[in-house]
Amino acid sequence: MKQLSLLFTFVISLSWPLHAADLSEHLAKLKAVGPEGKGNSEAAAAWSEITSGPAASIVTILEAMDGSSPLSMNWMRSAAEAILEKEKVSGSELPSDELQAFLLNRENDPKARYLAYDFLVEIAPEDTSSLVPDMIDDPSPPLRRVAVAELIAQGRSQLSTSDQAATTLQAALDAARDVDQINEIAKLLREDLEKSVDLPTQFGFLMRWHLIAPFDNTDREGFDHVYPPEENVDLNAAYEGKDGKEVRWETYATSDDYGMVDFNQPFSPLKEVTGYAYTEFQSDGEQEVELRLGCKNAWKIWLNGKLLFGRDEYHRGIRIDQYTLPVTLKPGRNTLLVKACQNEQEQDWTVQWEFQLRVCDSTGAAVLSTDRQPTPKPEEKARRRSAE
Amino acid sequence: MKSFLLCLSFLTLASISQADWLSFRGPQGSGYAEEIKSLPKSLSNESISWKAALPGRGLSSPVIVGDKLFVTAASGPDQKQLHILCFNRNSGEPIWERRFWATGRTMAHKKTNVAAPTPASDGERVYALYSSNDLICVDLEGNLIWLRGLTLDYPNASNSLGMASSPIIAGDTLVAQIENDSESFAAGFDLLTGENKWKLDRPKAANWTSPTVLKVGDDEVVALQSSKGVLGVVPATGSPIFNFEKGASTVPSSVASGDRLYIPSNGLTVLTIADDGSEPSEIWNESTQRPGTASPLVIDDTLYLLNNAGVLTASNIDTGERRWRIRLKGPFSGSPVAGRDPFLYIVNEAGIVQVVDLSGEEGIVASELELGETILSTPSLSDGAIYVRSDSSLWKLSKR
Repeated sequence: MKQLSLLFTFVISLSWPLHAADLSEHLAKLKAVGPEGKGNSEAAAAWSEITSGPAASIVTILEAMDGSSPLSMNWMRSAAEAILEKEKVSGSELPSDELQAFLLNRENDPKARYLAYDFLVEIAPEDTSSLVPDMIDDPSPPLRRVAVAELIAQGRSQLSTSDQAATTLQAALDAARDVDQINEIAKLLREDLEKSVDLPTQFGFLMRWHLIAPFDNTDREGFDHVYPPEENVDLNAAYEGKDGKEVRWETYATSDDYGMVDFNQPFSPLKEVTGYAYTEFQSDGEQEVELRLGCKNAWKIWLNGKLLFGRDEYHRGIRIDQYTLPVTLKPGRNTLLVKACQNEQEQDWTVQWEFQLRVCDSTGAAVLSTDRQPTPKPEEKARRRSAE
Repeated sequence: MKSFLLCLSFLTLASISQADWLSFRGPQGSGYAEEIKSLPKSLSNESISWKAALPGRGLSSPVIVGDKLFVTAASGPDQKQLHILCFNRNSGEPIWERRFWATGRTMAHKKTNVAAPTPASDGERVYALYSSNDLICVDLEGNLIWLRGLTLDYPNASNSLGMASSPIIAGDTLVAQIENDSESFAAGFDLLTGENKWKLDRPKAANWTSPTVLKVGDDEVVALQSSKGVLGVVPATGSPIFNFEKGASTVPSSVASGDRLYIPSNGLTVLTIADDGSEPSEIWNESTQRPGTASPLVIDDTLYLLNNAGVLTASNIDTGERRWRIRLKGPFSGSPVAGRDPFLYIVNEAGIVQVVDLSGEEGIVASELELGETILSTPSLSDGAIYVRSDSSLWKLSKR
């Protein structure tokens, strides 16, 4: 039986180089899928070929994920998992050493590395658990999440037995990138240990703005209407607003933990209106960041005068990081303009006229303006005065 | 060539067993499958043939093809991991699983989730849609056939409360309603490639209803329901056949039976569609017969409606005249289903499966079974069995 197994391994090893060349071609088909279903047929044929391959091809598939589109990533992920599923059933030796090496190389794609971790948890759980503590500063958010979860658990266990809990939980907070974990840690620090936590800075919310409102949004037409702030932001200008009333820019600072910019505070709850919020962000160099917005009103956003995206949905919900917009900041001053439209609905859950915006990197770590001011205190909230 | 196509059609038809449950609410989305028999009247803990663990949340119903059962789920932080799972429906043993990263938005109201739409099958493949607008086709063995990321293609097509409309297959087209307040559309997709066959702009309004297939003469027509009414389209082209413009609900879906369409509109409105495709004519409307979240059910000459108070009403399909009504244990998020035997099956949000015996002058609750978990989904049926899923479990219930 052993001889048969050796023979089988020998045959596989002979055929592997040939398969490896084919594999590269097949993976190219998965990488080539495009919008609206383009390339699906070719990808399906390639997927079928790839999944007939040996376990050794799993790491090659993970390597191919680097730089691939989200759709291609899914083609590759399902192929790798199908091979793993098949090879586990057949009892083949699985490439745990190669997977571990792939996982530990932080240059590899973050999602692919988490997949390698996920596979290792399944096939070599004891070897994998020892790797977790070192993931606390990992550039892959899901891997970092695993390590943060361990630290949170450790901090919790120390709450009643050790004075190390604050140190442990602060380390967890410093490392955390996911909103739910940050909130969990902040709650423990604040409520159990009476420590202060500056959540707006932790998240990178933009807290100080200039607001102008109300412009008209009767029949929801304000969303498409171009009001003067969209053409030029002049903080000293006065414009004709809704019903012919003069409107001017006002300074506004929020002290909300989650950076909520609430138009209802300075302007009172209004219906069928449009407002604008303007702020500046100083960047210490050209850098790729993400603008992450939450808003339950119709909204548009401009960076340095360029419209990034707009969405005309009203009162279906809001959450942190509801919309993610990858952008490039230029060195120095960057301008941000947000348009928020309130509609005609009268239900009590349609009162909100607000948004929250933060700047972070692709992992969710806050990117702060070089001239960021201290987080406003509650008494500064909703200051209403002329920008002049 | 023609004989080859005929042969292919025969093979396709042959692969679909009459007792399969291929989409949300079974055949043509009606909730009623007269081919399915031997369903249990009396449910108890002894009726649980098996219970399997699921890796993530879901409101979708299981889909059944032969001995295989397919169900979707979503897991992880923000439900960004999508699952298609295949089980042996007889034993409950897992057969295969495919996982994907969501490519669209996964935000949803806490009562719903990303795996809300029920997949559809043509007997050869399974087509799974998620609230993230990921649309995935696999064959019955789990081989990936095609993928679409509809939010990648149409960036404003999403609903921050979550999408829930289930796709349906008519002829050789998969029809899905991706309807919301912003980039709202319906589309027909090629079953083999996933490419658009057609795409229609739809009313800009959130809509959780599912398309329904009805017969018009010898042809199939897909009814697309929305707040504006119901648009009937040719499944292969999206060309309009009829347009009912008196408004309709955006939660419970219409049901087709014979040449009629029962629409949750101004209470309930019943239309008949002429064979020549001319505008539909209204048979009756009853404003007091207002379905709640559950979609209506038609069995033979009776219409069953479940309102938001948990009252099940049976009415004459020709006149709307009420025959009887009983109060069930609500509230309900799922819809009722039935097979050939005179029993209606519905599960309330508390996880109580209720069997209503329809054989007498009035309906009576024949039995109940507490599954002990929150259940917001619609059951699926196959010969001799009822399949129910929660956010964490999948059950097979059958006679003992």
